[in-house]
Amino acid sequence: MNPNVLLAVAFLPLVAAILAGLFGRYIGRTGAHLVTIAAVAASCLLSLGVLKAIYWDGAPAYDGPVYTWLVSDGMTMQVGFLIDRLTALMMVVVTFVSLCVHIYTIGYMHDDPGYTRFFSYISLFTFSMLMLVMSNNFMQLFFGWEAVGVVSYLLIGFWYTRPSAIFANLKAFLVNRVGDFGFVLGIAGVAYFTHSMSYREAFTAAPQMAHALIPLSASWSVGALTLICVCLFIGAMGKSAQVPLHVWLPDSMEGPTPISALIHAATMVTAGIFMVARMSPLFEYSDAALSFVLVIGATTAFFMGLLGVVNNDIKRVIAYSTLSQLGYMTVALGVSAYGAAIFHLMTHAFFKALLFLAAGSVIIGMHHEQDMRKMGGLAKYMPITAITCWIGALALIGTPFFSGFYSKDAIIEAVGESHRWGATYAYWCVLCGVFVTALYTFRMLFLTFHGPERFRTVGAHAEPHPAGAEQSATHQEPDPHQGGGQAPHESPAVVTVPLIALAIPSVFIGILTVGPVLFGSYFGSSIFVLPGNNVIAKVGEEFTSATVSGLSGFVSPPFWFAAAGVFTAWLLFLRRPDWADVLAQRFRWARSLLTHKYYFDWFNEHVVAALTRGLGTGLWKGGDQFLIDGALVNGSASAVGWFGTVARRVQSGYLYSYAFWMMIGLALLLGWFLAHA
Amino acid sequence: MISLGQLLTLSGIIFSLAIAGIFLNRKNVILLLMCVELLLLAANFNFIAFSRYLGDLDGQVFVFFVLTVAAAESAIGLAILVVLFRERRTINVEDLNTLKG
Amino acid sequence: MSAPTLIQVLFYLFGSILVISAVGVISARNPVYSALGLVMCFVTSAAIWLLVEAEFLAVVLVLVYVGAVMVLFLFVVMMLDINVAELRQGFTRFAWLGWLTALAVIVEIVGVVWARGGLGVDASRGGTPSAADFSNTLALGRLLYTKYTYPLELAAVLLLVAIVAAITLTMRHRAGLKQQDVNAQVAVRSTDRLRVIKMDAEKLP
Repeated sequence: MNPNVLLAVAFLPLVAAILAGLFGRYIGRTGAHLVTIAAVAASCLLSLGVLKAIYWDGAPAYDGPVYTWLVSDGMTMQVGFLIDRLTALMMVVVTFVSLCVHIYTIGYMHDDPGYTRFFSYISLFTFSMLMLVMSNNFMQLFFGWEAVGVVSYLLIGFWYTRPSAIFANLKAFLVNRVGDFGFVLGIAGVAYFTHSMSYREAFTAAPQMAHALIPLSASWSVGALTLICVCLFIGAMGKSAQVPLHVWLPDSMEGPTPISALIHAATMVTAGIFMVARMSPLFEYSDAALSFVLVIGATTAFFMGLLGVVNNDIKRVIAYSTLSQLGYMTVALGVSAYGAAIFHLMTHAFFKALLFLAAGSVIIGMHHEQDMRKMGGLAKYMPITAITCWIGALALIGTPFFSGFYSKDAIIEAVGESHRWGATYAYWCVLCGVFVTALYTFRMLFLTFHGPERFRTVGAHAEPHPAGAEQSATHQEPDPHQGGGQAPHESPAVVTVPLIALAIPSVFIGILTVGPVLFGSYFGSSIFVLPGNNVIAKVGEEFTSATVSGLSGFVSPPFWFAAAGVFTAWLLFLRRPDWADVLAQRFRWARSLLTHKYYFDWFNEHVVAALTRGLGTGLWKGGDQFLIDGALVNGSASAVGWFGTVARRVQSGYLYSYAFWMMIGLALLLGWFLAHA
Repeated sequence: MISLGQLLTLSGIIFSLAIAGIFLNRKNVILLLMCVELLLLAANFNFIAFSRYLGDLDGQVFVFFVLTVAAAESAIGLAILVVLFRERRTINVEDLNTLKG
Repeated sequence: MSAPTLIQVLFYLFGSILVISAVGVISARNPVYSALGLVMCFVTSAAIWLLVEAEFLAVVLVLVYVGAVMVLFLFVVMMLDINVAELRQGFTRFAWLGWLTALAVIVEIVGVVWARGGLGVDASRGGTPSAADFSNTLALGRLLYTKYTYPLELAAVLLLVAIVAAITLTMRHRAGLKQQDVNAQVAVRSTDRLRVIKMDAEKLP
């Protein structure tokens, strides 16, 4: 494989980002979007070429340095690429979804004054994510990790004049930082044992690290590899929004919908999943760490899904869905089914991006309205959006033959086969999660596209808008259409074509790839599973072909749970909405718990943040003002002054006291000489 | 025969009387200067005594110079006093405290 | 104990007069009396110095100190218009400390002299008397002009400096005096004073 091709894949989007960002004024809006789309399209094509070379042509994995940045104390920090099947798959997913989002943005951000800036940012993001997945050492991984965090910050706060956006982007960055702290500790642990940053040396040293111990206190030691893996996973928890570091993802919906699709559904949040899969040679040797991963993932999968049932903002429902599905992927990692996790990552990327972009299309059509209680019956006004959204929803709930079915089902079965500590709890979480997923997904569908047309009666969007200049500052979403009070209509082609482009893989990618990817030898040596843990192989023993498993899916427990969910949603939100209100009244405490998001945000703001602010104020007032400024700086000055006022009384100007003191001094001097003579 | 001890005792008495005079004098600066002369006299006594005792004339040469310096010092001291009196119209030591810090 | 010699008697006599005069100096009310007491001190010291065969210095003491310095003191005392009645009397609150210090100094000096063996010096011995024709002045002169020439010259310069300083301090310019400015006088040119003109002879009428 030619390293220049790999460099081009990674750096073309960077060059385009720089051009669009710094020279946007000179090349104009059209120039900005042309150059970025061209770069990302080129990256996508080259990635497909790499995938073809790796898989179909059987080229060996490429693991080599490109540039040595510095050498410190025997440890080299370099830019290098590790391209194996796992990487190639990620590269294709990232560039393809990025390309779709770029094209979608042309229509979505059409009236926004920050048009060129947006394209620059999403191209920059593509570069960062590619550096992350293509890396062959921890330093570059960390660089990509932080870079995607920074670009996410920039994009969430894209409309920076809005205080809610600024709050959200700061929250995202800070929560990520907490995760990154664990991540750095994990990397430090690896460097401590292997004295190197490269993956290869870490992987070869993994069995030894499994036996080493790290003393945490005088009497308590933990297994080194367990501690390292847990720390690395804490980083993944921050990036992939697992409980309790999940709080930033719903708030990140403050950013424009294209980035919700790109970053917070398909790519950035999956960085954590990718990282754990990449580190499978390390995690495999630590059962405790994997159990930790399992329990956290299962908790996220189930409890976050519940939050989607009570939320009224269309984007936030999809955000909670993302949280829940990330939990599924984490569960798969926890039972050592790394292949299943990556498979679900891929299918999820397609249908979740599709759902987000469809939601964006609805929002455009509804003239910036996001509250589902003010929608309804849009199917006949926005048919393409409705159909593609249905396709995404069906894929999400795991309807047999759709792509989501294969990946989700594989995860549920794999968890069922596993004997790891926490697997039973996880099994019930993911199974009930199927019900919850179907419930909130179809609630969203029914409230938005079917049922009575509440937008006519509630009249939320009927007010005319001010002239376009203030739109992006004051409205939630940009509105490419002037005037109000009219019925919603379908979005332009630049919006609907990406929807269709994403709907196709959402249907077919599962059935086409499940055989080789999941049960075949696709991942090969890029993912390492110990023989005793290989639950996917166990699941695969019953696998014959994709169609057979699709058919058998109709009689499996997850399907029944999903069907029950769809039925409940139909009943409560379409047929008998009054029953929904009665239930809400009856279970007020449960509903309140859910609407307050389990009080995580309250805890963070009132306990964690308040404590930190209190600590800062205390140190400022006590340490800085009182001690350093008061006692040391001003104190020493006033001490000198005080001493001066005392000492100057010696100068009485009075001749006799001078003579007096001279005499006394003389007498004392004589006495001293006598004493010592 | 006058012994060394007798001479030294005498000079010691003169010296301490002069010191007491500086302390007790609250009246005028001229008395201060006169007490300084007495101090120098006492010191000269010592020199003469030791010169006699050791048979070395160097002590007497030193007395010669001390006399010179004492004369010069009293001349200048009195000149300052005269100028001071012109300005302040008082030689009361307690009034002369403008060098106060 | 043998009868005290004449020298001893004279020494004690002059010594007591010296001490009494010193006490008089410091306790007299009138500064003129203090000055006179100081004169008495010097005269008796000169006498004692004669007793220990420091003749030159004794005479110099009387000539220079009494004759010049004390006269200067008296001039100043007389010149300053001191109102004797104004002078405040009385001991201050630190008087006890003064007496204490004086006592301490006496004790120290006596202690040095007698108690400790006087620093390796036998204080009870007197000096050896010199021969009858030994000239103290001659010996002193010989020493001064050979070994101590340099300090002698310096002392002379010191006196010059003292003169200049004293004059500079007390000099005042009075306005309206007709003084001679020697520099101006010397710098005069004949053409400033004299003008030669040519004129015809005048006839007598």
